[in-house]
Amino acid sequence: MDSVGNIILYFVVAISMVVFAWMAVTTTKILRAATYLLFTLLSTAIIYFQLGFEFLGAVQIAVYAGGIMVLIVFAIILTHKPNDKAAPLAAHRQLIGVSASVCGAILLLAALFTMPLPGNVSLAEAISAGGPAIDMHRIGTALVGSEKYQYLLPFEAVSVLLLACIIGGVVIARKK
Amino acid sequence: MDISILYYLVPSVLMFVFGVYGFLTRKNMIAMLISLELMLNSADLNFVIFNRYLFPGSMDGMMFTLFAIAIAAAETSIAIALIINIYRAVGNTNVTDIKQLKF
Repeated sequence: MDSVGNIILYFVVAISMVVFAWMAVTTTKILRAATYLLFTLLSTAIIYFQLGFEFLGAVQIAVYAGGIMVLIVFAIILTHKPNDKAAPLAAHRQLIGVSASVCGAILLLAALFTMPLPGNVSLAEAISAGGPAIDMHRIGTALVGSEKYQYLLPFEAVSVLLLACIIGGVVIARKK
Repeated sequence: MDISILYYLVPSVLMFVFGVYGFLTRKNMIAMLISLELMLNSADLNFVIFNRYLFPGSMDGMMFTLFAIAIAAAETSIAIALIINIYRAVGNTNVTDIKQLKF
């Protein structure tokens, strides 16, 4: 049995996540789409907090809602005039988009409801089954350890990837 | 009322199909990138939900999402460098106007 506060928080966050995702893909003004994406990302971060992954929620806010959103807004301001509107959608494009997403939704939901998931486990039970909360000590040990269930190699690979990405970004975007 | 695993997975599915819809209908490259972020975010969310409900004692799903967020940051910065370069060459960011590989 979950607490009333958790249930209310769940409904507010889930509805705002879905509604803002819909508005982000349908609005004609690109800067508004970026703002709605920001609200969707923040709602996702609140879901991470509610599920008990506080560090992940903080990373989501700092990297996604902070870094990536700044990059996207920067690119929009560089490449668009104010009050630019997207052209109305062509009918065949709309048809392709609606049919692909409706078919995808039906397939995914059918798979979801026929899958043997533990449908009677509540959030409070799942969190208490996890034992003590995941603290920074555990995350830090897992990130730089080389034992089983530890992630030194991907950690180092990501650091090399970010360096390559900095160099690649500079090389691609520099003036000829 | 219990918040079971399906309560989290259904909004995630909806977010994913909205991303698919936006990716197929929008012509602006930045709008397509935003739709792509929606799909990626939904996949990240699924990792965390399955971690919490199916394997509550471990934190592998969380680690997957952590690395996925780092890689998404790299991917977005390269995509935006490409979009700005294309804007310099073509003058707008519509995918329908990009017909050549070399300018």
